[in-house]
Amino acid sequence: MIPALVVFVYLAVVLYVGIFAFRRGASSGEDYFLAGRSLGPFVFLFSLFGTNMTAFAILGSSGLAYQRGIGVYGLLASSSAFVIPFTLFLIGTRLWAHGKRFGHMTQVQFFRDRWECSGVGTVLFVLTALMLVPYIVIGVMGGGATLAALTAGFVPYEVGGGIVALVVMSYVFFGGMRGTAWVNTLQTILFLTFGTVAFVLIGRALGGYGAVLERLGAEPATAPLLTRARVPPREFLSYFLIPLSSIMFPHISIFCLTAKRAEHFKKTIVLYPLCILAIWLPAVYLGVVAAAEFPGLRPGASDDVLLRLLTAHADILVSGILGAAIMACVMASDSQILALSTMFTEDLFEHYGGRRRFGGAVEVWTGRAFVVGVTIAAWLVAVELKDRVGIFDLAVRFAFSGYAALAPLMLAALFWRRSTKWGALAATLWVAATVLGTWWLHAASAAIAPAPGQAPVPIFPALGGLLLRTPAQVTVFGFLPVVPMVFGSALLVWVVSLLTRPPSAATIERYFPAPGP
Amino acid sequence: MRAWRYLLLFAAMIALHQDVWFWSDGRLVLGVLPIGLAYHVGYTILAAVVLGLLVRHDWPRDLEDA
Repeated sequence: MIPALVVFVYLAVVLYVGIFAFRRGASSGEDYFLAGRSLGPFVFLFSLFGTNMTAFAILGSSGLAYQRGIGVYGLLASSSAFVIPFTLFLIGTRLWAHGKRFGHMTQVQFFRDRWECSGVGTVLFVLTALMLVPYIVIGVMGGGATLAALTAGFVPYEVGGGIVALVVMSYVFFGGMRGTAWVNTLQTILFLTFGTVAFVLIGRALGGYGAVLERLGAEPATAPLLTRARVPPREFLSYFLIPLSSIMFPHISIFCLTAKRAEHFKKTIVLYPLCILAIWLPAVYLGVVAAAEFPGLRPGASDDVLLRLLTAHADILVSGILGAAIMACVMASDSQILALSTMFTEDLFEHYGGRRRFGGAVEVWTGRAFVVGVTIAAWLVAVELKDRVGIFDLAVRFAFSGYAALAPLMLAALFWRRSTKWGALAATLWVAATVLGTWWLHAASAAIAPAPGQAPVPIFPALGGLLLRTPAQVTVFGFLPVVPMVFGSALLVWVVSLLTRPPSAATIERYFPAPGP
Repeated sequence: MRAWRYLLLFAAMIALHQDVWFWSDGRLVLGVLPIGLAYHVGYTILAAVVLGLLVRHDWPRDLEDA
């Protein structure tokens, strides 16, 4: 029961942080949604990192490492260690500068202004908002499931999901971006500190990690876990493009606008890879170690190996504190809820004259009402579709590819004067079509999906190896769909832009001013 | 830095990420770290160094003018 008590104390602390942040005031939309563009370097780094450090990433990577071995670190972590901060350097800093200069609070506002078109912004709003929804639902589902597991069923899934949703809703409602940023900072520090302590304690309890790995290496069934034998090279290569999604997630791009100064990006960009190392190396490593401790778990069931190791080998108090940290990761839906609320308020309410007619205070309360509505809807969906978590899991995976394929659009807007709204629209429709197409192919080929360890199966035998079905994915010539999606998007924005009329000289001059003397 | 140099850097980092030479090598470094994992730990540190050099030598100077 101690771990459960620690988790409840943690939830109380989180609520306090939200209320504390609220006391600092949120009289304008900019203050509520962007913390007044005033976050310092410390909160900016840890909160941005915490926003990306979701249960999907942490527990999912341990579970995947349990099944597929150490290659998972390369798939999910070392690629992100370069790509995410690189996109922060290239894209995040420029978004910040444009946001400060022109008052943008969302990606859509930037796109509308840059390409002089309300319509393209609306299409992007619909696509990016829809791809964010499953993320929010899965956060509530994860909260319910984790709280039920940590209390050994004392708190049922429905109540657990409700408690998590209520806590998240409260601090987002009262604290806005400032509260969310501080909670994420707390979460990251908690996870880094107690993750390290738990890693050491588990190692001691096992008699040293070396002995466990020797044992794994000596068994033919588990020796491949110490190599990348279970990760096909083309899949490994494809994964390098997935982290392009990070900067295109609305909650990350909006977060980039919260920095007080551009200088604050510097520490984040350089330290981000090291934070990834500190979190993901133990997560993947423990996933592999768990294969020696709890053999025979199926995919999905292996997602809780981190919790199993903790329960079996860590001190009960440390286990509880790390359980709270895991809860914090599960509760990462806070940023997405706030982002969706910001988008609704800025891209619809404000865009269609709401602020002008009703004023800034009503704008903030509209955002807050939206937070309540979205959270309640997410909880209802999480309860109603309790046993269909796989659908949302899948939707999140497709959303990663979808957001990654929108990155060429952002690069074109920021760096290519000649890019046009028609090029942007073509790329956006391509992304929407390919996300839906991949989903359809995945569903249509479910019946022929091979068992783990078996060779991929052609989905349409007449097309040879073009479209293959693996146990968990649909591939295109062996590559994940994200590869053709990203290159198709880049090609479309380039070709269609060249064929259509560029934005006015005035707009181009605003975004690409001539260098001073 | 010009756009093509960023592309070149991105391509180089992709290439370094594909350590085919350790693909099926299960040796342990220092008795605890599989060599493929050790390589990617090194890659992560290299990423921090490369990004540090970018920040130091190629920081966009016009950002703070906003």
